[in-house]
Amino acid sequence: MSAWVAFFVVAALAVGSALGLVLRRNPIHGALFLVANLGAVAVLYLMLGAEFLAAAQVIVYAGAIMVLFVFAIMVLIPGKEETGPDPLRAVRLLAPPLGVLLFLLLAFVVVGRTAVPPAPPPRAAAPAPATIGALGRALFVRYLFPFELTSVLLLAAMVGVLLLARKKES
Amino acid sequence: MGVPEQYYVALSAILFTIGVVGVVIRRNPLVIFMSLELMLNAANLALVAFGHRFGTLDGQALVLFVMAVAAAEVAVGLAIIVAIFRVRRRLSVDDLSLMRW
Repeated sequence: MSAWVAFFVVAALAVGSALGLVLRRNPIHGALFLVANLGAVAVLYLMLGAEFLAAAQVIVYAGAIMVLFVFAIMVLIPGKEETGPDPLRAVRLLAPPLGVLLFLLLAFVVVGRTAVPPAPPPRAAAPAPATIGALGRALFVRYLFPFELTSVLLLAAMVGVLLLARKKES
Repeated sequence: MGVPEQYYVALSAILFTIGVVGVVIRRNPLVIFMSLELMLNAANLALVAFGHRFGTLDGQALVLFVMAVAAAEVAVGLAIIVAIFRVRRRLSVDDLSLMRW
């Protein structure tokens, strides 16, 4: 019962902050709403038994990535680009009904797929492993190669960002 | 135990839809990027919910990789936005129609 209450409170927080991000005009407010949303999703990870991911979510997303966003907002000082007349107003007015359509499609797929096969595999039979240790073992044994590739990806991103941000020497 | 995974997946669908609408209706590239993060996050939530349902850790491992890719994507994307802003001094995605068909 308390799990239901917690779920609905956190879900309402997540949806509300997501709407705030999309609807508020000020990008700084949007960034703060996104932080709230990421925190709510971290709580949902905790409720799903993914403690490590909850911590990583708070540190990587709500910490590092959002700092990057706020930094970019401060550097660029936006806010004027959404004041003038909208050249694509008709297209943008189409977006909400199409979004509702997309949601109905997703909901149809989700409800149809999860309602038809009623038997989830017997996870009660296997003893639940200590999640963080097991996740670490999975990452460094089964997913070792993708894990190392991730470091290459991050290095490539770092080099690319430096290249992009460098001033052209004339 | 607890809330069934369908509710998490439904919430993930709601968040993903909000992200898609945000990408379409906003003109500020920074807010578009944040909406993209919202969509990635919704996908992560669905992955964790699926992993919880089937009792495996593969979903969580995949979420970790998605986080790494998202971090790289944000860094590169923000660098591109800053570079564009340096050249054009404006920040609306509707101005960037040079390579549009």
